[in-house]
Amino acid sequence: MIRDPIREGLAAGWKVTDAAALDRDLALDADVAIVGTGAGGGVTAEILASAGLDVVLIEEGRLRSSSDFHMLEAEAYPQLYQESAARKTLDKAITILQGRCVGGSTTVNWTSSFRTPVPTLAYWRDRFGLADLSPAALAPWFERMEERLAIREWTVPPNENNAALARGAARLGIAAGGIRRNVSGCWNIGYCGMGCPTNAKQSMLVTTIPAALARGARLVCGARADRLALRSGRAAHLECSALDPRGVRPAGPRLRIRAQHYVLAAGAIGTPALLLRSGAPDPHRTLGRRTFLHPTVVSAAAMPQRIDGYAGAPQTIYSDHFLELGAIDGPIGFKLEAPPLHPVLFGMTHQGFGEAHADGMAQFLRTQVLIALLRDGFHAESEGGNVGLRSDGSPVLAYPLTPFLWDGVRRALAAMAEIQFAAGATNVLPVHERARPYASWVEARAAIAELPLQPLLTRVVSAHVMGGCGMADSPVRGVVDSLGRHFQLENVSVHDGSVFPTSLGTNPQLSIYALIARNATLLTERLKAGR
Amino acid sequence: MASRRRFLKFGAAGALLLAAAGAARAQPGYRAPGGSDTLQVLREADREVLAAITPAILAGTGATGPGLAAAVGSVERAVAGLPPHLQEEVGQLLALLASWPGRRWVAGVGVPWRQASVAEVSGFLERWRFSRWALLQQGYHALHDLVLAAWYARPDSWPAIGYPGPPEVG
Repeated sequence: MIRDPIREGLAAGWKVTDAAALDRDLALDADVAIVGTGAGGGVTAEILASAGLDVVLIEEGRLRSSSDFHMLEAEAYPQLYQESAARKTLDKAITILQGRCVGGSTTVNWTSSFRTPVPTLAYWRDRFGLADLSPAALAPWFERMEERLAIREWTVPPNENNAALARGAARLGIAAGGIRRNVSGCWNIGYCGMGCPTNAKQSMLVTTIPAALARGARLVCGARADRLALRSGRAAHLECSALDPRGVRPAGPRLRIRAQHYVLAAGAIGTPALLLRSGAPDPHRTLGRRTFLHPTVVSAAAMPQRIDGYAGAPQTIYSDHFLELGAIDGPIGFKLEAPPLHPVLFGMTHQGFGEAHADGMAQFLRTQVLIALLRDGFHAESEGGNVGLRSDGSPVLAYPLTPFLWDGVRRALAAMAEIQFAAGATNVLPVHERARPYASWVEARAAIAELPLQPLLTRVVSAHVMGGCGMADSPVRGVVDSLGRHFQLENVSVHDGSVFPTSLGTNPQLSIYALIARNATLLTERLKAGR
Repeated sequence: MASRRRFLKFGAAGALLLAAAGAARAQPGYRAPGGSDTLQVLREADREVLAAITPAILAGTGATGPGLAAAVGSVERAVAGLPPHLQEEVGQLLALLASWPGRRWVAGVGVPWRQASVAEVSGFLERWRFSRWALLQQGYHALHDLVLAAWYARPDSWPAIGYPGPPEVG
């Protein structure tokens, strides 16, 4: 029997309100209101609550825990993901995976843990004046969060899906390495994306949030933050709607939360959208701009042997070779990883329909998949997307796929195919509506060179939304300063991946943990000094 | 509505699509998506369209009559869990296809959906997949994703691809 620390905590008297069960309006007062319970909100909650501050966390998703995690896509996507994992950019060309549950994306991510790359920090220093975010200054915060979340080398042999990346790269003389993971006692099952059923993944759900709740923090889940009421450069209160049990529509009851300080940690689509709905001052038109995705393309290979890509730790091998080939502000580079394969995600990603699609699915057990994550945001022709609002107030991201990006996509599809053939693939299928399985590297290379790279023909996905409330040394270039303080709103801070002024060039969770541990600690000091 | 604006972006032809969809939605019998409890987010005509399209998308999977019907039910349950803006877009798409002008002139299917063969439906899907109009490509992808996700979420689809299902824990 696996312990469920959330159910135990609830039984022990944690102050958790399920807004779906409310039958009347609710008013709450706190020192700090935190919107969102993912990487930024979770870390902030623990640090503030540990310092004795009275904290209320607001989460749009529901509270689900290991007892609820049955490793079924049919349950996980509607229950744990934004828009049932069907969130897309405005033109529908990019599918976006983001968590919507207590713990946010950390509850459903694939555990990959990297420090912020040094070249990324150097670019921020040079272009955004963020000299205080140096590798040396951040190192203690990385160490602290690596310790807190058990981030270590993964010493178990990789599953075949990842081993193929290591093997193919080695044969081509391409450097690859092992991915560190935030797990403790991992069973090596492979279902991280559906919520960890054994509580091995050290997500916010089982670490910082329980710690905050144990110190008296309050959590309201199933409630959407609608808007901050703003008065003379300050937030006066936060208005929220209780959602129906499916999380689809407001159920009626409203919540009003009054706090000294408001921390926005709703993710890089949710946080800019909340500020837009609030009519936040935006004198330099920076809000919601420069939103980055690591646009990701996919290559599927048929291998002669079983791959069983659904089994085993999902991401354990990576290569930064194609990030390091050129200058960070040159032609776009990409990181290579191997994702988990599960029937729904693979079935939706696989191009075509009918017999051709079924033929591809019939190779499920022998299919090896690579993904290439493009490092967007470091070039004048890579300005990212813009978060806007639909008429119902829900957020939508417009993200143009430009020739600059397509150039990287073509190189990435070729690089992945070459590695897959080097790893022993019998054929390789770039995930593109006009592509078919190619039986050799020569054939694949020629075909990829000719593929029409356009939206809705090339499958593009993203699990890393960053930016939209970028940090800078001046309001002309950003929305917040390097401490996450909003430039125009005195008692509002942004504590999530939306503060990154470019993409990271690596999986974001550890960068958020460390930066926000620093900024939440400094916020605590300011709040205590101001008492 | 952003979706409405996208329709309008296509000028006269877009207006035709919108009119067709709007006309269909105004037909009696349409039940607007209700409160949290109802799963009745589709009209009978929408279900007929899905019932005709599903066998073409799932051709080759070995899905049979009961499996196909169950997949259509799974699509409706999935739609009920989508945010309102996506429910509206799916509703508009299915209403367009269910309407006579939409089926005949936009999808290019000359017989009522109930009588359409897998080959006729596949032809329509293939035209939309490679259409030069983003709107039709988007429609293709919506149908692709809805039907394939509904099917591969079902344990009865797993034996054909060898997926053993999740392991036992606890």
